[in-house]
Amino acid sequence: MSVLAPQVLYAIGGIFGLLFIATGIVWTIDRRPGTELKLRVRSWWMIIAIFTVAMVMDRAISSVLLGFLSFLALKEYFSLIPSRRIDRGILLLCYLAVPLQFYWAYIGWYGMFVVFIPVWMFLVLPATMTLIGDTKGFLTAVGTLSWGLMMTVFTLSHTALLLAAGERHNDVAGGAGLLLFLVFTTQLNDVAQFTWGKLTGKRPIIPRVSPNKTWEGFLGGLATSALVAMLTGPYLTMMDWRWSALAGAMIACAGFIGDVTISALKRDLGVKDSGGLIPGHGGVLDRVDSLTYAAPVFLHFLVFFFMAEQGG
Amino acid sequence: MIGALRWLFFALIVRPVLMVVLGVNIRRRELLPSTGPAIVVANHNSHLDTLALMAMQPLSRLPMLTPVAAVDYFGTGAFGWFAKHIIGIEPIDRSGATPRANLLDGAIRALDEGRILILFPEGSRGEPERFAQFRKGIAHLAKARPETPVTPVFMHGLGKALPRGSYLLVPFNCDVFVGKSWRWGGSVDDFMAELEHRIAALAQEGDFPAWE
Repeated sequence: MSVLAPQVLYAIGGIFGLLFIATGIVWTIDRRPGTELKLRVRSWWMIIAIFTVAMVMDRAISSVLLGFLSFLALKEYFSLIPSRRIDRGILLLCYLAVPLQFYWAYIGWYGMFVVFIPVWMFLVLPATMTLIGDTKGFLTAVGTLSWGLMMTVFTLSHTALLLAAGERHNDVAGGAGLLLFLVFTTQLNDVAQFTWGKLTGKRPIIPRVSPNKTWEGFLGGLATSALVAMLTGPYLTMMDWRWSALAGAMIACAGFIGDVTISALKRDLGVKDSGGLIPGHGGVLDRVDSLTYAAPVFLHFLVFFFMAEQGG
Repeated sequence: MIGALRWLFFALIVRPVLMVVLGVNIRRRELLPSTGPAIVVANHNSHLDTLALMAMQPLSRLPMLTPVAAVDYFGTGAFGWFAKHIIGIEPIDRSGATPRANLLDGAIRALDEGRILILFPEGSRGEPERFAQFRKGIAHLAKARPETPVTPVFMHGLGKALPRGSYLLVPFNCDVFVGKSWRWGGSVDDFMAELEHRIAALAQEGDFPAWE
């Protein structure tokens, strides 16, 4: 058991409080049984329960669970995209990158962490394919596999690095404080954007990718996230209220981009959900889409302004 | 004793591998027969098909589940013993030593014992994720026991995870679509047409990425 700062426990308590209120509201306004919204709330309970268990455990266990999440996202991605039969071994190589990448994160080896996928894996994958020797569909295979590793492994592994970095750099509430701040702000932004959009949304942002995303929803989510981050940041991170608000706004923007990027992928492939693992949400990728951008943006924001001595 | 081994094999190995390493999305699981005698027919892509069809059902149903498979494929060694007792197959003799009229005796007896037979009418696993010609044994079985419900199942993805001739298991999400059951209607040709129609209709439900 790692020692959790008391405010992390209060924050988790607060999240469960919010969940109780949300459940009460949904069950009051929606009398029909088994609707999508109710399924979604039910799944939120599961997700937050698992996440809480992962947070209060030892950091090694948290990292393994985060790595498993990344594996599920990668598997979902590989199952969605067209692939070549000859690349079966290459796919296995990609899966192998998951434990390695999360191990670099766990031991806090920043130098290896940042180059392992975008340098080593990106060089090794096309090299191996070339040596196998089938050039038909080569470019598509290199492109789709590399981008898949980027989106589901490299970006999501920043959550595990946040745990390791927070232990050294976040005197206020440790790695758990940083991860909780990121994940809570990202998911809150998703919900706030959805709610603002439903209540006031009129002007679509990118109708050809995601017709339900509106300026009203985006800006409402942004303001909500910045405000809540401003209030929670000083207790969970080493940032004061101004930096926290800025980080909240950045997470909101990055989360939005992550969300619509995965939407663009799904639209191109002609699927509505990335999978069926989480009732009411879709697949794992549908749930972590915002994190794929928010996690690296938040971590490198911290590295640049608050952990300068760690860089490189 | 062997029943316990079989239970442990499915509870501790097959189910975790299928749920964690592969991941199976099932549509309309409730249409699978919960008691025998019953027949489940599916398309065949991989060694994993049989195990997947068995593992996605409650463990309490395991003693009833009986896949029908060619005996020559498994041989008489350890692999044959394993197939017969742990997987629990009902063997069909393709060698020609058994008279044609008696080929299905074992399967019919299993139905009479109240078992749930699992059949792959494509015979040997063809090209993964492609349909092969369905064989007519299934129709003769339904004719022999016309009251038995036949449930069609379409499976996709396991052939990508472990195709024929490969020992490299690559994780992929797999899809299993279960259809409504039907019964013998009086003619072998009609039965085969119905079977092909039902499996093809289930296959239409999915929108699967190319795999060449």
